Amino acid sequence: MTEFAGSRLTCLRGERLVFVGLDFRLAAGEALVLTGPNASGKSSLLRLMALLSCPWRGEITWDGAPVAEDPDRHRARLRYVGHLDAIKPVLTAEENLGFWAALHRNAGPERQARQALERFGLERLAAVPARYFSAGQKRRLNLARLLLAPAPLWLLDEPTVGLDQAAVTRLGEVLAGHRAAGGMVVAATHTDLPLPGARHLHLDGFAPAPPDRGPGPDRGPGHEETWS
Amino acid sequence: MTRFRGLVGRDLKLALRQGSDATVAVMFFVLVVVLFPFGIGPEPNILARIAAGVIWVAALLASLLSLERLFQTDFEDGSLDLMALGGLPLELVVLAKATAHWLVTGVPLLVAAPVLAVLLGMNRDGFGTLELTLLLGTPSLSLTGSIGAALTLGARRGGVLISLLILPLFIPVLIFGAAAIDSALAGLSARPHLLILGALLAAALPLASVASAAALRQALEQ
Repeated sequence: MTEFAGSRLTCLRGERLVFVGLDFRLAAGEALVLTGPNASGKSSLLRLMALLSCPWRGEITWDGAPVAEDPDRHRARLRYVGHLDAIKPVLTAEENLGFWAALHRNAGPERQARQALERFGLERLAAVPARYFSAGQKRRLNLARLLLAPAPLWLLDEPTVGLDQAAVTRLGEVLAGHRAAGGMVVAATHTDLPLPGARHLHLDGFAPAPPDRGPGPDRGPGHEETWS
Repeated sequence: MTRFRGLVGRDLKLALRQGSDATVAVMFFVLVVVLFPFGIGPEPNILARIAAGVIWVAALLASLLSLERLFQTDFEDGSLDLMALGGLPLELVVLAKATAHWLVTGVPLLVAAPVLAVLLGMNRDGFGTLELTLLLGTPSLSLTGSIGAALTLGARRGGVLISLLILPLFIPVLIFGAAAIDSALAGLSARPHLLILGALLAAALPLASVASAAALRQALEQ
């Protein structure tokens, strides 16, 4: 059984500790929803999971093996949709997606791009330059990247921002299909996501104690060494 | 290789549709060279004497002009994150983007240079060498410049910083580029200078891609 886990993760951004002693575990077909106030480290945790940055302490593992040992392999099994859209306004929707499909070493990138656009209801806009897109359409185009090539782990940063109700339903179907095929989803959000049966991780609980008061009694393991 | 070509093709497509970078670089190149006769006076001997140096300095400045945006837009819109995850090593991403930068800004300089050489009254013997030096030298400029572009990602007023970081590194290319043309004009062999320009390019290919990729990783960590 595939398992994606992190233990005693501590994230340091600049001079500031974002979270301390965070643990998570995710098996095939499961979903994890990250919640918490602004600046509680949801996006930072997703970037750690994507290996875009390194944890200050702690370890992330895939099937028990640390992902940092073989970063390229881990990158190949994940899809990351951040809050930046990575869309080039002068390229059409299809060209935008086709480029990413080709980068994922896809045979027939145009066909894949077309299918992905259809799943998110953008097929009629395939030949339209992305600068004419609304915020919600850009988000859908960005989410369509998930479908370009199969990957077991999806990391989504606030995927429903700007989406209308119909698009959220479509996203729910796509996510359900991914999980039914044994995929995992980690999503940061402030709103309800169409992820039935997902586990929740509140990042509030891992905020570092203020340095003058010392570590609180209810923190997770690993925090003691944080201020040493 | 397909993915490398795909990235070069995408950058070329972006440059063509936006249409500014290539024309701005070559217009700047022409204007800087044209300024010299106004400043120095229309003395044909002097202009012919300094033509090689003037054209090369203008080429350095022109290729510097659009370097700031080499990674900036991809960094700001999140594309660089996805490229780092995309499976193509960042070193090759750097090479692909530097290649596209050279095709967009370097190649037009090659086309414009002979016209400017005529304008400055350079002896026709030097034309072939001028083209050869630019052909060997301008890719080195794009590659070396990519280091500066990667290092200044996320910095405010990055453009000025790039000039300060990178112009000193352009000096060897300038020296041997101008010297090769001068030797050809003096009837000597330009071969040694051209060989050194080639060596600089050969060194810049691996060094610049590794250094820029390291700087990009640093920038993405933030």
